[in-house]
Amino acid sequence: MVKVEKQRALPEERLRAFLREMLLIRRFEEKVEERFRAGDLPGFLHVAIGQEAAEVGVCEAMEDGDVFSSTHRAHGHTLARGTPPNAVMAELYGKIEGCSHGYGGSMHLYDLERGNQGANAVVGGGLPAAVGAGLAFKLRDEPRVAVSFFGDGATNTGSFHESLNLASLWKTKTLFVCENNEWAESTPGWQHSPVFDDMSKRATAYAMRAIKVDGQDVERVYEAARDALECVRSGSGPVFLDIETYRMHGHYIGDPQVYRTKEDRDEAAERDPIVRLRGRLAVPGEEWEALENEVREIVEGAVEFARNGTDPRPEDALKNVYA
Amino acid sequence: MPELSYREAVRDALASAMRSDEDVFVMGEDIAEMGGSMGVTQGLVEEFGVERVRNTPISEIAIVGAGIGAAMQGMRPVVEIMYEDFLTLSMEQIVNQAAKHRYMSGGQVKVPLTIRTQGGAGWSPGAQHAQQLEAWLVHVPGLKVVFASSPADARGLLWSAIYDDNPVIFFEHRLLYPVKEQVPETLEPIPLGKARIVRAGSDVTVIATGPVVHRAVLAADQAQEEGISVEVVDPRTLQPLDEETLVESVMRTHRAVVAHEAVRRMGFGAEVAAMLQEKAFDWLDAPIERVGARFAPLAFAPAMEQYVVPQTEDVLAAIRRTVERSR
Repeated sequence: MVKVEKQRALPEERLRAFLREMLLIRRFEEKVEERFRAGDLPGFLHVAIGQEAAEVGVCEAMEDGDVFSSTHRAHGHTLARGTPPNAVMAELYGKIEGCSHGYGGSMHLYDLERGNQGANAVVGGGLPAAVGAGLAFKLRDEPRVAVSFFGDGATNTGSFHESLNLASLWKTKTLFVCENNEWAESTPGWQHSPVFDDMSKRATAYAMRAIKVDGQDVERVYEAARDALECVRSGSGPVFLDIETYRMHGHYIGDPQVYRTKEDRDEAAERDPIVRLRGRLAVPGEEWEALENEVREIVEGAVEFARNGTDPRPEDALKNVYA
Repeated sequence: MPELSYREAVRDALASAMRSDEDVFVMGEDIAEMGGSMGVTQGLVEEFGVERVRNTPISEIAIVGAGIGAAMQGMRPVVEIMYEDFLTLSMEQIVNQAAKHRYMSGGQVKVPLTIRTQGGAGWSPGAQHAQQLEAWLVHVPGLKVVFASSPADARGLLWSAIYDDNPVIFFEHRLLYPVKEQVPETLEPIPLGKARIVRAGSDVTVIATGPVVHRAVLAADQAQEEGISVEVVDPRTLQPLDEETLVESVMRTHRAVVAHEAVRRMGFGAEVAAMLQEKAFDWLDAPIERVGARFAPLAFAPAMEQYVVPQTEDVLAAIRRTVERSR
């Protein structure tokens, strides 16, 4: 118990900063849904509403110089690692000012300066590069970590298994972050994995340390991620962070979610990490209102910035094919 | 000038790059103590150690993917895929990841990765160990593709591939490993995207790759006896392609044969033929001939394998046809 008390000693100020970040991501995602439905945004978009504690907890625990690869559900990781909301929104609008200059879009957000090595639209596709980056850090003896975010759906791909095996074998400086949101698109976990009740078994099969954490509690996630990152950074091998979170919305914006019951959606709302943290911090109405206003202004500002952004010329499509 | 085999030439390029640059390292299946299944990396682990000459599990996705990740961190990995048939296991990483990172990031990312692999028929391994799959790769924007036919080319081109900031697929051919020739005393890099005129001639241009370059030279010698002067051009780099040298040659000879060991249908040669008719149609005196493998997997029985794969006589027959059509 003493240990638990000690672990939960993050200053309230820090937790309030987490709450602000989580709320910013939530309102950003909701705005993205709204603008997509209004026909403003082209493409195929995925929001991570309900997973903000996982995103913020891990990203806040990372250090400058750490790199990461994300997934098709990447807005939150990118914002949480410090890419300005304006640059992310501009990318969703396909503008030159976007963080991938209009070449990537929602599923391919990059920001090299902040360690974002690319969000990946192939499930499991980003894991092997995190092994390679972690290998480079090891060979150069650099105190850096390569973080790979992926969902439970990725744990059945060959690239997942090959990546965990090689990383463990070579003790690369890689942190595997499994955001288990209980859904692989429309397929529930129990239908896609024989170890769905305990994803950590996937890691222990490769002799890799696994840490399981309640992904709806940002403080817990932060502490687990800090512990995991420290371990990886020290060179003692990769760690598998098993975050049990929940996707509150559909797989993509517009997903009718015919596969989901009303009870399930109600349950999802009860696991809202933002409601939980607000309750814990007992944020009074007035302060909450101020926070909402602040965040809304940022998000509205991002939309304004993106709308006024520069469209690439069609022929710019032929640039950046080769270095 | 020293004499090197094709195998030694590849090894020399690897070792030279590793000596001059800590960021270069190699990884692949059985490449350390065993020296690779083709013996190319023999001796490297003794010189550079196990950290830089890394034996991997049989794990093609991770081999290529880890190479991508290390390359994105500024290293210059050279990964070996034992047989090009096994490239198919890592195609997701090659096509969706390596080829796309720079583009999808809007120019932020570089992937200076070299993927060495080898293939080729003529030793009866059957259908899964001898395919020539370069056409799969040249179709993907963002990749560079090299296919060296001689020791000097292999040495100079591999160096350039390693120091290119893009992912490069470097094809070697199994039957060429023992081929020897005089090479420059010190390694001279050969720029990617430059063809080589292997043999000068004035009546027909044969554009050939890999082992078929050698078959084309033999065919050219025989054609010479029939009074046909054949120019043999090896593009060496399939992507980017030195269209200028190819077109210039055809404008001089007015006839073209495109020849490779890979399956003819939808092959690399089809693109070359299309490009030539777009750019040199008015100079052509005969339809462009294509030589390539017949449309079948590679059979085990030697007679069947040989029947499918183009031989010297097939190149010679194509040369004769272009001349006969325009007499």
